Amino acid sequence: MIAEAGLAALWLGAALCALQLVAAGLAVRGQDALAGIVRPVAVAQAALTALAFALLILLFVRVDLSVALVFENDHSAKPFLYRFAAAWGNHEGSMLMWVAILTVAGAAVALFERKLEERTLLATLGGQAAIGLGFYAFLLFASNPFARLFPVPPEGRGLNPLLQDPGLAFHPPTLYLGYVGLSVAFSFAIGALLTRDVGPAFARAMRPWVLGAWIFLTIGITAGSYWAYYELGWGGWWFWDPVENASLMPWLAATALLHSVTVLATRDGLRAWTLMLAVLAFSMSMIGTFLVRSGILTSVHAFAVDPRRGSFLLALLFIYIGGALALFGARVGTVREGSRFDPISREAGLVANNLLLSAILGIVLVGTLYPLLVEAATGTKLSVGPPYFNAAAGPLALILVAIMAAGPLLRWRRDNLKPLARRIAPAAILALAVLAAVKLAAPTIHILSLLGLSLAAGLALASVAPLWKRNLLRTPLFVWGMVVAHLGVAVSLAGMACDSSFTVEKLVAARVGERVAVGPYSITLDAIDPTFAENWQALQATLLVRRGEGDTLTLTPQARAYWAPPTETSETAIHTALDGQLYTVIGKQAADGRWQLRLWWKPFVTLIWAGGALIALGGALALVGRVWRGRRKPAEQWL
Amino acid sequence: MKPKNQRLTLALLALAAIIAAALLALSALKDQAAYFYTPSDVAKDRVQPGAAVRLGGMVEKGSLKRLPDGVTITFVVSDNAASVPVRFKGIVPALFREGSGVVADGKFDAQGDFLAETILAKHDERYMPPQVAGAMHKSASLKK
Repeated sequence: MIAEAGLAALWLGAALCALQLVAAGLAVRGQDALAGIVRPVAVAQAALTALAFALLILLFVRVDLSVALVFENDHSAKPFLYRFAAAWGNHEGSMLMWVAILTVAGAAVALFERKLEERTLLATLGGQAAIGLGFYAFLLFASNPFARLFPVPPEGRGLNPLLQDPGLAFHPPTLYLGYVGLSVAFSFAIGALLTRDVGPAFARAMRPWVLGAWIFLTIGITAGSYWAYYELGWGGWWFWDPVENASLMPWLAATALLHSVTVLATRDGLRAWTLMLAVLAFSMSMIGTFLVRSGILTSVHAFAVDPRRGSFLLALLFIYIGGALALFGARVGTVREGSRFDPISREAGLVANNLLLSAILGIVLVGTLYPLLVEAATGTKLSVGPPYFNAAAGPLALILVAIMAAGPLLRWRRDNLKPLARRIAPAAILALAVLAAVKLAAPTIHILSLLGLSLAAGLALASVAPLWKRNLLRTPLFVWGMVVAHLGVAVSLAGMACDSSFTVEKLVAARVGERVAVGPYSITLDAIDPTFAENWQALQATLLVRRGEGDTLTLTPQARAYWAPPTETSETAIHTALDGQLYTVIGKQAADGRWQLRLWWKPFVTLIWAGGALIALGGALALVGRVWRGRRKPAEQWL
Repeated sequence: MKPKNQRLTLALLALAAIIAAALLALSALKDQAAYFYTPSDVAKDRVQPGAAVRLGGMVEKGSLKRLPDGVTITFVVSDNAASVPVRFKGIVPALFREGSGVVADGKFDAQGDFLAETILAKHDERYMPPQVAGAMHKSASLKK
């Protein structure tokens, strides 16, 4: 019954979605008969999909094996958390979560958006309904999560053990909130193009939604990176895997959008470009969804391979991106040009930021799609990996960091080089000092890491410079947000550079009782014991870890064997110190009885994710600051 | 600057940046893309030693040897029609075993041995990377 109720809720939601599209469409064309129902319908629709999603979770928690999806991915011996999260650890469930978030985002716009002009708002909700309709169809016709199974099997097949981790409860929902939250920016752009209402007021209305989606996307990417780092046991935190790129591309576009929307809100510039970016950002989300969900890629994210789904998603992609671009092309000529600015001004800095982010986005997109296109065209298989991405995107990212240091020190509209040079001088001097010191201390360091450390130091100082001689208590929250987010980039960059240049790796075969030194640590393999839990058994190494004359710690990396489904995984054991992490993995037993150990000392690697968290925190401060200020002083909100 | 000019300048700048990025990307791709080879491909046209290559096939039964250092292994990747000796230093994925599919990233040395830098095996029992499935299928059809 639960499954049928869920399916019924989905069908009803789809019908309401169609109604929302029609009513909003009529309202935009000037017939207001149904305009009043658009908002309530959007809310009702969201309630129905949220209900369907909640019912699916209930089925998973109760391990209702008469539902095909539950049988495929659930197992009664799993802990509660993984029965719960398994609801979205599969293709159909994750697409249902996608649609649920899409409709909830639409409902949030219907309920809370008060600044946007009414007709543009209705058009925006129409855009949201148009996207929703396609993805409802995808769910109902190509990925029904509620399909029944007969006869009912005695036990489920279980969840991929790589996914059996608390990360599963956290990473997909936040990433999806970001991914799909960008649909609101897309619909805003569609709405504005339809009603030709593009200006500072529109930008101020759109900004919190972009910020909100961007915060979740940042958290989702950061959490995903840390998850891959400790779960895969390869010691890396970013692999330039197409699936990772699929989340990075919308983030790059959304970051560019975040900055251009500020130009539009503050100075009424970059009108057409901001609309373009809003369309682009969600297009990247949809391309990402296609890459991850069509089965065209192989990874732990590609749950099922079904060519029909791939073509369905590809068709949706062409309809929405093509439609939005066509509308943009048809209407962009009627968007009045915004106000002008000098080549040396805050606006120009933000334009440079946008160009560089777009160029990096282009490089990542080319590198991600190139192997797919080559294979489709010629049948030749090839892979594009870190050497390409680091070589092509790395230098641009460093230039971007340099501009990021200077940008906030520029005045709006018109500025001069001389005062800018005076303002940036302390940061530039610090960057040069760090450059010289690092080069002296580590002459063989890679040029990208060297510049990364130097620029990180300069950016860290430059990013707090806007607070100089300001009353910190009276500084607006969104200025704090910018400072914290830019500081986060510096912190993260420093972590990346330290990790790539100062990591010490050791691969050894050790006897029980043998001692190995790695970085500042001395590690003794104390014992290898069998251990087990409700759905796996493992061999566990006990490592006694000591740093100098300090206390002895115990780390216990495991080689696990799950039985539902039968899979072996390697569980890393990590010790976090103030200045880095010790990362340990146990491998196979050699023929003579020694055990393979892979040990890393990674100085300051934690800064990578700490920086990511700071970036998200900066976004949150800016969001709270904007919304609060907008409420308190509606008349002064452009300040 | 006149209003028209500014928009035009910005558009041209954006275009130039995107073209530059695309050129940069394509030139980097030419150097860095790793082509996928099966042992039969390797036997047919010799691969430049040192070029980044992805090798896929089956770990030949009875070929897996562990060297005395305890962390280096050698094995033979075959697709039933040809075979390539491989050397790898590191911890192999849990599901790496003889008779199972494998994809290895690395390069050939001057002697024609493949030095693997990373080894990918099947993620779980139900699943095989398409590249491996493709390689197996290719060699199966070659034999017919």
